[in-house]
Amino acid sequence: MTAVPADGLDAGAEGADRAGGAAGADGGESYRLNVDGFLRTVNGASIGDSLLTVLRDTLGVTAVKDACEQGRCGACSVLLDGRLAASCTVLAADADGTRVVTVAGLGGAGLARAVRAMFLAEGAVQCGFCTPGFVVAVTDLLTRHPDADEEEIREALAGNICRCTGYGRILAAVRAVQAERGALRSGDAHSSGETQRHGETQRHSDGGPDGW
Amino acid sequence: MGGEAVSGGIGRSVRRPDGPDKASGVFRYAGDLRVPGMLHARTLRSPHPRARLGRIDAAAARRLPGVAAVVTAADVPGVATYGLIVADQPVFAAAEVRYAGEPVAAVAAVDVATARRALAAIEVDYEPLPPSTDPERVLAADAESLHPAGNLFREIDIRHGEPGVDGPVVVEDRYVVGMQDQAFLAPEAALVSPAADGGVDLLVATQWLHSDREQLAACLGIPENLVRLTLAGVGGAFGGREDVTLQIHGALLARATGAPVRIAYDRVESFLGHPHRHPARMWFRHTATADGELVSVQANVVLDGGAYASSSPAVLANAVTHAAGPYRVPHTRLRGVAVRTNNPPCGAMRGFGVPQVTIGHEAQMDRLADALGMDPVELRIRNAVRPGDVLPTGQVLGAPLPARELIQLVAARPLPPPPTADVTGLALPGGLPAAAEPGRVRRGVGYALAYKNLLFSEGMDDSSAARVRLDLTDDGTPRVRVHSACAEVGQGFVTIAGQIARTELGVEQVVLAPADTAVGSAGSTSASRQTWMSGGAVRGACVAVADRLLARVARAADLPAEVVEAPRRTLRIAAGHIVGVEAGLRIGIADALAEGPIEADYTFHHRRTTALDAEGQGDPHVAFAGAAHRAVVDVDIDLGLVRVVSMALAQDCGTVLNPLSLRGQVEGGTAQGLGLALMEELITVDGVVVNPTFHDYLLPTIADVPDLDFVAVTEPQPDAPYGVKGVGEAPTCTATPAIVAAIRAAVGRDLRRVPVRPQDLVDLPTRPDLPTGSDLPTGSDVPAGVDVPTRAGVDPAGGASTA
Ligand code: FES
Ligand code: FES
Repeated sequence: MTAVPADGLDAGAEGADRAGGAAGADGGESYRLNVDGFLRTVNGASIGDSLLTVLRDTLGVTAVKDACEQGRCGACSVLLDGRLAASCTVLAADADGTRVVTVAGLGGAGLARAVRAMFLAEGAVQCGFCTPGFVVAVTDLLTRHPDADEEEIREALAGNICRCTGYGRILAAVRAVQAERGALRSGDAHSSGETQRHGETQRHSDGGPDGW
Repeated sequence: MGGEAVSGGIGRSVRRPDGPDKASGVFRYAGDLRVPGMLHARTLRSPHPRARLGRIDAAAARRLPGVAAVVTAADVPGVATYGLIVADQPVFAAAEVRYAGEPVAAVAAVDVATARRALAAIEVDYEPLPPSTDPERVLAADAESLHPAGNLFREIDIRHGEPGVDGPVVVEDRYVVGMQDQAFLAPEAALVSPAADGGVDLLVATQWLHSDREQLAACLGIPENLVRLTLAGVGGAFGGREDVTLQIHGALLARATGAPVRIAYDRVESFLGHPHRHPARMWFRHTATADGELVSVQANVVLDGGAYASSSPAVLANAVTHAAGPYRVPHTRLRGVAVRTNNPPCGAMRGFGVPQVTIGHEAQMDRLADALGMDPVELRIRNAVRPGDVLPTGQVLGAPLPARELIQLVAARPLPPPPTADVTGLALPGGLPAAAEPGRVRRGVGYALAYKNLLFSEGMDDSSAARVRLDLTDDGTPRVRVHSACAEVGQGFVTIAGQIARTELGVEQVVLAPADTAVGSAGSTSASRQTWMSGGAVRGACVAVADRLLARVARAADLPAEVVEAPRRTLRIAAGHIVGVEAGLRIGIADALAEGPIEADYTFHHRRTTALDAEGQGDPHVAFAGAAHRAVVDVDIDLGLVRVVSMALAQDCGTVLNPLSLRGQVEGGTAQGLGLALMEELITVDGVVVNPTFHDYLLPTIADVPDLDFVAVTEPQPDAPYGVKGVGEAPTCTATPAIVAAIRAAVGRDLRRVPVRPQDLVDLPTRPDLPTGSDLPTGSDVPAGVDVPTRAGVDPAGGASTA
């Protein structure tokens, strides 16, 4: 396999630029995937392999997690041309011509950075195996609905299983991102208090003593 | 540096050191590990729950291009069996298969597809035998023995007080709990490499490196020092990684091929490959005075351990010793058996035997309140244990255990607003796809109180070792290096260890060495024990390092020895410095380290407990933690769908080392209890698991779990480091019965079976091929588990009875 820079974009969730023209399959079982902004040639994969299998086992992109292979847990979430998908339910060969963005390709700035930062600040990461999928799903949700209310958040994230956290801190992280980005409705004193606290840069990641 | 306390110490919501890598996808879990030239391994499993095993012909599989090795029972050089407590489980089935899913062979090949083809090419002669799947029948005099060790893993009979003393108010019933799975999110995986010295190196996701090593060495027939394990990234555990699963298979293949082997399970194999939570059948009889004082409790618990022992004997001890709950009861007779069947093996899962009995005793407390015409909260307050009380085992309850305060606190939390007619969508039972008609929703409120033992019990001299080194980085900054074999599975030990080291040594920079077998055992990441045990070990090692550091400074400053000796110590460590209170001394830690690093080992032991005697008496548990939940549910009375509206929890947490981490543990524990109440059940038909996928085994999602209203009681545990208590298990025990109680209150049915299914709430036809759990233990005068007749006319599936 080879890796060549494709479009060089900071692959934000908003983008839907296709690099499809450059990624035409040249017949047989060899095709190319645009993964996180790099054109990757896939050789030797079986034609029935899922995108998840090709990402992890053929291309070594292990940032995408494999927990059910049935589309039931969201651990393998990616963006396909900017749309949220469970990569275990997509044939890799069908992703030829689409832009695949994993958690690793969401970029180090902007919304995805805020989502990751708040997952850490709010304690939404325990074993962390669900986290890459959640970060993709939350980034997608807040791209489309920056001010999603609680019911919309719960509905949008119901395809992502977390076995460790019980979801409380994940919900808190989503709300904290919204608060930080000024998307929450005004007049919510508790949330604006949180904004202040989380706005601080803390060298030792040292939160307050009164976390409950 | 102005402040005296170093930042990032204990008591603060310090963030996880592994968090950034986990959130960016860089963190390597066991299943993410790859090395050049590695082979891929897969396991062949029996489709039959019981069969005589004839010839295994792997010749065709071995001839397939790309197949490097096939191993079976014939290739195990050492002991043929393994196990956490007793080695009764074959590495590969030999002569007889005892559960559907039991490993028969394993294959290593150049890729996964070839390994799968090789599995299909192995010919196995099975002669199916009738499986024994009813845990109440396997101890009958005429029952067939399923294993040379017999069908009884353990029997416990606790007698306390006077036999036959009853109160005038009596409630008696039977309860069934289904088989829950840990369903940690990252399936089992390991990377196993053969070593030049004839040993083997494993990178593996496990809960207990040294226990794995002991079992691996025995089965491989090589000394333990040739078996080296390093913890790979672990994606959750919850008890499901306490047993060996793929470790020995992978090691056999690595040694057979001389190549590194990646062995990994997919979700189906994960469901079949590790032991589950024991299904339980339980009978309880509670009696009380007319004004609501408990007089006697009798219980009879049957745990289905499945085909092999795993931790069944210890799970049973927990179930039976906790069967009366955290209540003062003068007269108790608590019995139980853990038995062998041809069902899947069961072992450790969060709560370890206590969730099952809590479901029973809390249902009984509600029934008793009903019979007395008393408020269920009031009944619990009246009977709650207090420190100094004698428990059914004769153990005197230590402090703190604020059972009464917990139930009072949780009952005082504000209730959610009542359901209104205009709610829609997720706010209704069934959520978006099947939302109830607003007028057809009933609200219920339920409570549960429990206590759960902490650490290992029954006389085990459990310990944890840690090594701490204080040195300077290349740029001269002081740094603490902590080495512990504690398995970080998501619970946050890596965070806590750093907080402890910062607090004790006044140094901000802490690095954790990889958890491995190069250091002494830290014991298992289970039994709510690691913050106490391995936290205690890290603290002990840090204190030893600090003592040497202070002694060095005192020597250099020509101060008398007593300035570093308790109780007259006047030298101490502050943030980054050693300060002398009277001597006016202030020396940077970095300066004190100029003459060399300081290193110390420490092994932490908890107080000694004792085994149970023939009457079930002793001092079996180190300590307990209490919890009380209140659940509020809405039930769709047409479709039998339940929505948990709110959960409140009051928990006895000891000193809190990391509030954010605590919150994560209690929320996660609550969600797993919610799953057991409403949806999580691994269903077997004639011993075969019929739903081993995430499509069919339902887990709570963010749409199912409400925000948790949490109150922590933080009275320190006197004999624990900093006064900590383990916090992960207690809320799992209480969440389930509180939700079931709330559903009972909403619909007015008895609900003796958990999980509660729609057909238990409305009269829907039940599929005849699914077990209803209709055979239950009964009668206090029947020997535990032996040939128990069932009482006619009771359908524990709940279809026929109403309160
Ligand atoms: S692995 Fe794709 S949804 Fe679970
Ligand atoms: S943090 Fe472990 S599954 Fe979510």
